Amino acid sequence: MAEPTDTRPDTVTVSIDGRPVAARPGEMIIAAAERAGVYIPRFCYHPRMRPVGVCRMCLVEVKGPRGFALTPACFVPVSDGQEIVTDSPTVKKAQDGVLEFLLVNHPLDCPVCDKGGECPLQDQTLAFGPGETRFVEEKRHWAKPIPLSPLVLIDRERCIQCDRCTRFADEVAGDPLIEFVGRGDHIEVNTFPDLPFSSYFSGNTVQLCPVGALLSKPYRFKARPWDLEQVESTCTMCSVGCRIAVQSSSNRLTRYLGIDSDPVNHGWLCDQGRYSYDYVNSDQRLAAPLVRKGDELVESSWGEALGMVAKALDSARSVHGPGALAVLGGARLPNEDAYAWAKLAKGVLGTDNVDAQLGDGLPAEVVLGLPRATIDEACSAPAVILLAPDLKEELPVLYLRLREAAQKGVPIVELTPRRTGMSRYAKATLCYRPGEVADLARALMKGTKSDVAGVRAADVSATRSLLAEGAVVVLGRPSVSEPAACVAAAAAELAAIPGVRFLSALRRGNVHGALDMGLAPGVLPGRVALDDARDWYSSSWPTVPAERGLDAEGILHAAAAGRIQALVLLGADPVADFPDHQLARRAVAGAGFVVALDAFLTESARQADVVLPAAAFSERRGTTTNLEGRITSLGQKIVPNGVAWPDWMVAVELAARLGTELGFESTEDIWSEIERVAPSHAGITRDVLADRRSRDGVVAPLAEPAPQGAVPAEAATDTTAGATTDVPGDVDPMSDPGIDAAETQGVPATAVVPDPPTATGPVSDEPRPPLLAFAGEASPVPSAPPDAYSLRLVASRKLYGTGTLVQRTPALAALAKPPCARANPTDLDRLGMGQGGRVRVRTARASFLVDAEPDPGVPRGSVWLAFNSGEPGTDGPGELIDAAQPVTDVRVETP
Amino acid sequence: MAVTDAKPIVTRRVGTADSWTLKSYLADGGYTGLKKALSMEPAAITQEVLTSNLLGRGGAGFEAGKKWSMLAKPRPAYVVVNGDESEPATFKDHMLLENDPHQIIEGTIICAYAVGAAQAFIFVRGEFALGMERITAALNEAYAHGAVGKDIFGSGFSLDVVIHPGAGAYICGEETALIESLEGKRGFPRIKPPFFPAAVGLYGKPTIVNNVETVSNLPWIVENGGAAFAALGIGRSTGTRIFSLSGHVERPGNYEVEMAKTTFRDLMEDQRLGQGIRNGNKLKAFIPGGASAPWFGPDQVDMALDQDAVGKAGSMLGSGSVVVMDETTCMVRAAWRITRFFHRESCGQCTPCREGSGWIDKVMRRIEEGGGRESDLDLLLDVCDNIAPGLGWPPRQTTICVLGPSIPSSVTSGIRMFRDEFLLHIKEGACPYG
Repeated sequence: MAEPTDTRPDTVTVSIDGRPVAARPGEMIIAAAERAGVYIPRFCYHPRMRPVGVCRMCLVEVKGPRGFALTPACFVPVSDGQEIVTDSPTVKKAQDGVLEFLLVNHPLDCPVCDKGGECPLQDQTLAFGPGETRFVEEKRHWAKPIPLSPLVLIDRERCIQCDRCTRFADEVAGDPLIEFVGRGDHIEVNTFPDLPFSSYFSGNTVQLCPVGALLSKPYRFKARPWDLEQVESTCTMCSVGCRIAVQSSSNRLTRYLGIDSDPVNHGWLCDQGRYSYDYVNSDQRLAAPLVRKGDELVESSWGEALGMVAKALDSARSVHGPGALAVLGGARLPNEDAYAWAKLAKGVLGTDNVDAQLGDGLPAEVVLGLPRATIDEACSAPAVILLAPDLKEELPVLYLRLREAAQKGVPIVELTPRRTGMSRYAKATLCYRPGEVADLARALMKGTKSDVAGVRAADVSATRSLLAEGAVVVLGRPSVSEPAACVAAAAAELAAIPGVRFLSALRRGNVHGALDMGLAPGVLPGRVALDDARDWYSSSWPTVPAERGLDAEGILHAAAAGRIQALVLLGADPVADFPDHQLARRAVAGAGFVVALDAFLTESARQADVVLPAAAFSERRGTTTNLEGRITSLGQKIVPNGVAWPDWMVAVELAARLGTELGFESTEDIWSEIERVAPSHAGITRDVLADRRSRDGVVAPLAEPAPQGAVPAEAATDTTAGATTDVPGDVDPMSDPGIDAAETQGVPATAVVPDPPTATGPVSDEPRPPLLAFAGEASPVPSAPPDAYSLRLVASRKLYGTGTLVQRTPALAALAKPPCARANPTDLDRLGMGQGGRVRVRTARASFLVDAEPDPGVPRGSVWLAFNSGEPGTDGPGELIDAAQPVTDVRVETP
Repeated sequence: MAVTDAKPIVTRRVGTADSWTLKSYLADGGYTGLKKALSMEPAAITQEVLTSNLLGRGGAGFEAGKKWSMLAKPRPAYVVVNGDESEPATFKDHMLLENDPHQIIEGTIICAYAVGAAQAFIFVRGEFALGMERITAALNEAYAHGAVGKDIFGSGFSLDVVIHPGAGAYICGEETALIESLEGKRGFPRIKPPFFPAAVGLYGKPTIVNNVETVSNLPWIVENGGAAFAALGIGRSTGTRIFSLSGHVERPGNYEVEMAKTTFRDLMEDQRLGQGIRNGNKLKAFIPGGASAPWFGPDQVDMALDQDAVGKAGSMLGSGSVVVMDETTCMVRAAWRITRFFHRESCGQCTPCREGSGWIDKVMRRIEEGGGRESDLDLLLDVCDNIAPGLGWPPRQTTICVLGPSIPSSVTSGIRMFRDEFLLHIKEGACPYG
């Protein structure tokens, strides 16, 4: 297939319509022609998928041993001296013929079709087809539309059998749940009986469909494409950072479409991201500030609410000192808002009790201080170690990228407490006992003669050989019921792999940006340590914290003990998200004053003294940073409903009420300050971000500028020179998501890999503080061996859960499943419940009933509960976890 | 010309008592060809087959020996025997499967030994219930006899043979669709390149796909030598061949006659063969090589059963089925009937065949049922042209496989040869044959 990232030189010359054209060896004619500005019409061809040559729309004449013959341009690679004709009467007649055939059974119900106006069949019929059909017979009929899944419908009458959706499901998503059924002109795309197309990636098939056959249930009949406006943006439902087109009509979001960002998402989105626009439209959004009057939260004005917050912050600071203040959250804010709050908290209020993560991530030093890899680097690494949660559940498009890499031969080694969605593609899946991952990592590095962490010595030895050439480690928290320190200690062991690099697998949309912006204890914006950068920041901030503050767990313990007088929740819901629910509840109740900035009245916000309505995604501008450290721009498409503010504006207003000007009037102002003061972001100016060459974002920090004269300027641009430098404009009507697609939503096959921006040199002569480095000093918490009557808890997330955003998205809310204890069949057999059934799970602090299911992917001795399932306070797994214990051992009993 | 005295080769045992059993097969000298083959160098067997110039009996008529020689180097390699005979009016493999299954098995093993295959598959049309039963029983007997399996007849050569029933799709007779089906996938023909299963076939490995009748000739060729086979027939059309004679003759049936020396007229009229057009009627047209082949008229009835001569005349011997239509035949109905078959059997993978076959079917039906328009004839020809550009012979195609250009054959033949009859349907608004 055509490699969109292909940078091989054009060493083959072919003749297209009599014109010599340079092409890459192995490139398909259709791609070579397109790069040369010759568009060959097509339906089934997609540069990200295997060519199948079935629609026959791309027939061109190619000279062979027996003269010119009609040949599918998507299926035949170029060869030197090949003669190709795309505009002869024979080709035109073949294309006319194919289009007429395609319309024979197509209902031509464009006026009521979602796709009408952005339909490749419509567009290419106008451009290449005959004016009218000669078909006067009865067309084929089907019941329409029918559901393929809860999110996707199919109108089989419109289907042209291009095989795009079925190939996507099989090749790209690995969920071959839709297939051709039947034969001839009664062939249809359908599911297997009683097996819905329940793929996390099903929405991509709607976008891929070149006709209106596949329909998004939430979008169906909602808009006509020509009524939609769009901006380019980045999805922030998780930290992969997929590029999207945000589309709206009448100040209401209607749809997200994937944009092909070569280093990131290849055009794909997960369904959670694709359909999440609807939470922004939710009628449960906070419409006005709320202040507590007795037991009730009542609507108020911004003036009154901000006054109360400023007063509480001021008095807490002046009476108890900055250590009595704490800020939790910010991992879902744009960089600018995160920076504004970091500056307010650390630079104005002087507290370092700041944490964007809620005890479910990793220390900033580990995330920012280890050598980092990009997704592309991981996908071309000699090996990939996954010490991370189930990527399919938490970072779905990263799963797609690594799955593709695995299928191309990159060995994947999983260190995981249970088998994951990736296990079937992994070369090795080492299922360790929760709490003992550092021992396993050490054994992997140093070898072992005995079994370790529940993994057989032979499996460890066999896996070691896969890592001889180096590796990229994808690093996250495989289970929130095992301490971050264990993972950090394991990372410290794996850091000894020669040439190792790390790709963070933290989940929340902009958690990496929030850490970059200093929303973590002990760090300041720009990936610098508090102690290293105190002097640097003292020249631009009013104050700098005197000492390292508390992390989320420390803040919650302090709050529960009554030592936090003012607690700020920045889009954070610790009561639902912190692993130890009881501690979080006691903390929110125990804090002197709680202010929540949020789009919704979350469990935590209900307990707050003041709730401030925050603007949501697509209602605010700014930038976001993905798990690679890649910075992209967020587009604002609509204005907030009601009186919601972006969080940075709240910070500015509060600072002013505390007597300090933060110095910003816009997100652009904030970015300029970030670029100036944050060492890791030096040189990433707004101009650099806006540059055409930064369409896929800019990875911070910028590479050092090449020494002058090392590479001649001409040679540097030569890689994309020649006849193919210019990206043909909108030559391909199929590549553009949406009708008025931006120029940047280009054609993957023709994408010119831009030179990465490089730093232009220091902006000031002052020496910058050094960037963070992880010293590898994390020590694992020793855990007692589990007793024979308990199962050790694994708590990780499912894609659809009880989280605020999913639950406020109508299309997704119903996809969340009730809690279910999954354990090895042998362990359930011991309870006499080999087929599953209702069980009681119990720890020292809680007990509740859940369904149990046998799952051979869970090793013996463990039990897995999805962390984001169940009701907090009732049967959420977070009720079982005690943050003070390194691991959680659960009794599973018959009720 | 006349019907020669050449003895039948592959059908010589058909009609004898219990011909499908091992006992009967051994009594008639069965498996001696295999024993001889196993004592020969594999390359020598291929050479004998090259010498025989045995043409593939499945339809395309490619030289079997040449196909074997094209087998790519990577191993394992496979042999697949195509017994998915599904074309209307073709019923020769059906007979061989039921009456001489051991001959097929013996031929299969000889082929596998000659090309060095690791395993062989016999793909049998699913509807051939008796054929399945008999060849399955025969295979079990052959295993017990030591003719199949480990160390065949003590030669050191081992081969497993698997019989696989088809699931009811005509398209699985197309060799790449058959391979897909064997692999457990939908029966969709593979797109070229790669051009031949001999390069990339079953499970991506080099594969020889031969027809049931083709492999049935192998024991005789090994025993009697390629030259003896080549001595029969004329030119490239060597040996004897089964012709499935059907339609309006007095005595339809399978007749194995010497190629190129026998004519279509001999086949239809000879007393040992077709015994003439039924009821003394006149010949109106005939199909020389199965439903995919363009038609011939009475003026071509003296043409020899010679692959190259028929090809030069604009049609093909194809699968060897000759369909005779007498003066009582409605040519519109005949062409529609064949079109409808291709419409129903189009796999649906590529656009021109999937949509074109149904369109032509519907127009032909409309004409036959009296709703035709004069412009329909040009429309039909143009729609056919969009499937097989130029409407020439051998056909060109806009489709993935040759089912596409098979669709127009009957329609274009009908309009070319019997335009007036089409126009009469349109003018009268009804079928003149009632």
